[in-house]
Amino acid sequence: MTEQLSGGDMLIRSLQDEGVEYIFGYPGGSALHIYDAIFRQQKIEHILVRHEQAATHMADGYARSTGRPGVVLVTSGPGATNAITGIATAYMDSIPMVVISGQVPRDLIGTDAFQETDMVGISRPVVKHSFLVRDAEEIPSVVKKAFHIATTGRPGPVVIDVPKDTTDPFEQFPYAYPETVSMRSYTPAFAGDLTQIDRAVAAMLAAKKPVFYVGGGVILASAWEQLRTLVNALGAPVASTLMGLGAFPGTDPLSLGMLGMHGTYEANMAMDGADLVIALGARFDDRVTNNPEKFSPKATIIHMDVDAASINKIIDAHIPLLGDGSWVLEQLSARLAQALQDQDDAAAQARAQGLEVWWQQINEWRAANGLNHNLKAQAGKPILPQLAIQSLYKVTQGEAFVCSDVGQHQMFAAQYYHFDEPRRWINSGGLGTMGFGLPSAMGVQMGNPEATVTCVTGEGSFMMNMQELSTCLQYGLPIKIINLNNQALGMVKQWQDMQYGGRHSQSTYSDSLPDFKTLVEAFGHVGIKVADATELDTAMTEAFSEKNKNRLVFVDVWVDPHEHVYPMAIKGGAMRDMVLSKSTAAESS
Amino acid sequence: MRHILSVLLENEAGALSRVVGLFAQRNYNIESLAVAPTEDTTLSRLTLTTRGDDSKIQQIIKQLNKLVEVVRVENLCDGDYLERELLLIKVRAEGEARQEVKRTADIFRGQIIDVTAETYTIQLVGPSNKLDAFIRAIDDVSILEVVRSGVSGISRGSAD
Repeated sequence: MTEQLSGGDMLIRSLQDEGVEYIFGYPGGSALHIYDAIFRQQKIEHILVRHEQAATHMADGYARSTGRPGVVLVTSGPGATNAITGIATAYMDSIPMVVISGQVPRDLIGTDAFQETDMVGISRPVVKHSFLVRDAEEIPSVVKKAFHIATTGRPGPVVIDVPKDTTDPFEQFPYAYPETVSMRSYTPAFAGDLTQIDRAVAAMLAAKKPVFYVGGGVILASAWEQLRTLVNALGAPVASTLMGLGAFPGTDPLSLGMLGMHGTYEANMAMDGADLVIALGARFDDRVTNNPEKFSPKATIIHMDVDAASINKIIDAHIPLLGDGSWVLEQLSARLAQALQDQDDAAAQARAQGLEVWWQQINEWRAANGLNHNLKAQAGKPILPQLAIQSLYKVTQGEAFVCSDVGQHQMFAAQYYHFDEPRRWINSGGLGTMGFGLPSAMGVQMGNPEATVTCVTGEGSFMMNMQELSTCLQYGLPIKIINLNNQALGMVKQWQDMQYGGRHSQSTYSDSLPDFKTLVEAFGHVGIKVADATELDTAMTEAFSEKNKNRLVFVDVWVDPHEHVYPMAIKGGAMRDMVLSKSTAAESS
Repeated sequence: MRHILSVLLENEAGALSRVVGLFAQRNYNIESLAVAPTEDTTLSRLTLTTRGDDSKIQQIIKQLNKLVEVVRVENLCDGDYLERELLLIKVRAEGEARQEVKRTADIFRGQIIDVTAETYTIQLVGPSNKLDAFIRAIDDVSILEVVRSGVSGISRGSAD
């Protein structure tokens, strides 16, 4: 006989059957039947946050670092609306997430009941899909569909809005979790078009100045091994988007680092000068292309994406490659390897010579204006934020998960911490959500309990979700927080310096900042403050010492408040148009 | 350029709001919209007219296809098609104008479906531009109310 379960129990059982380990959430009236179902089981651990936004970022960090979907549970009304920022963050970066929100009972929907909000409506523009549960019996199939949609094709967040009466403990229904799901209106692309793949191979063989432009899609598709094979076969440089860092090893000589608004000089110059741009799982974001009219003017564009709507959206692709990243890259590598083998000696030699000239050019760019990764601490001088990232990189041997907030520190981390592995660099790229860093790091630590997890933040971003320090104590999360404290909203201030004549409108608050060391100590954690560059490495080493292995450590690094992030794209220009330092900024303005 | 998109949609609560929301969210324009169930009661047919260059229309179609409840999208303007729209128009019909309105309606093959001492209500079916022409042909001051159904369309020839 089939098991009889209430709607609330069916919901939790469905999550168990889906293999869910953690639910990140916060209880409230409409979700209480579900919370009772959680209490009466042991398989899934619920993580109680201090604010629903943090629950979504935790689930997000968990998903980004493990590749498994994150699960969130909130109540109706304010619980649901507080989750919106985190849902939008996941949506913009295509992160698989299932968000379950309590809803008022069905007969109260539409009556402006207590804690009622139209969650399906309010979340509609920032979800991949959403469900309002109509009957308790449909809960297992809705959960199955939600996970299927969240994790396949271009991943994204899915909301399930659950009216309280459908989880009533006194009404029971036969439970069976569906084994398969079939939806006639949802069939994500998988296999690509081999004709286009062959055209891409031919273009790669013919190119004298090829460049890979690698985005987060390669990581989402778990296709980094295929990418590495392909890149090494072609021997072309790799420029990575903010979201793609780590798909190809950052320390590999073929890597040019990040491209775009704050990308490296050599990456942006290579994109501008290329005769072939191989865009893989990237979406030609405005923070990458600068002025699309002036984007890579001489290049043939190959564009691989799983989302048809990304292709030809901003930049027309000469060779579109629609399909699953791992499938397409597998085929591309295999066919390129074969084509290279079949090439006659003359052609092979011509190709090698072309590439050599290209690399010479790139190396000249790199030598002239590349980032300096050997910064030296100077006594008596303020700490450069770049130096702090370099120190973090050294102490963690480049192997930490780095979860970032949003602003200057995010760009410094992206520039100066080299990621050799995918899923290690966790940041809100698309939405640019301040307050993302700490909770996402918590989700990463939950998903990777043995790993070194750091949060690179600034005092502005940190204060947007610092209440989660309490959650960190509750669950013993030994995150290392590196706070690049410039006593201002640094990126806003930088723009005001560069574009608004130095008028710092509402971007400073230095007289009212808390003493962060005391603050984190009050939350039961370890605080370290460092303001002298010569003491930076010592402070960093102490934070990651054996003594602090199981403690959350907050390193408050007082950095030079006047430092800007460079290079910086010149608005409306081509990718080659960059400001490289404060002195050149003055010249160009 | 004007395009007529024919969208097959799961007949579910909230599906229409996703389509309409998509247009608002991405700054696409909807000129007209007609929606009703099909012979398969689990599906609705939504016909909408919009304007844009080819790349914009391509993007609209791709974004529509991404909606989970959208089963199929067809741009009727890609091939031969038929379009019809229903117009109900109430006009003042007094004195000399009464004859004039009737003559104009006859020329356009409209039918008078309601009559009072002062007004006619006329029904007219045809492509949108025919309805536009009829409205232009009626004296502005005598038009009391205009109701249009939005465009419905279907491709010519045997089903594919």
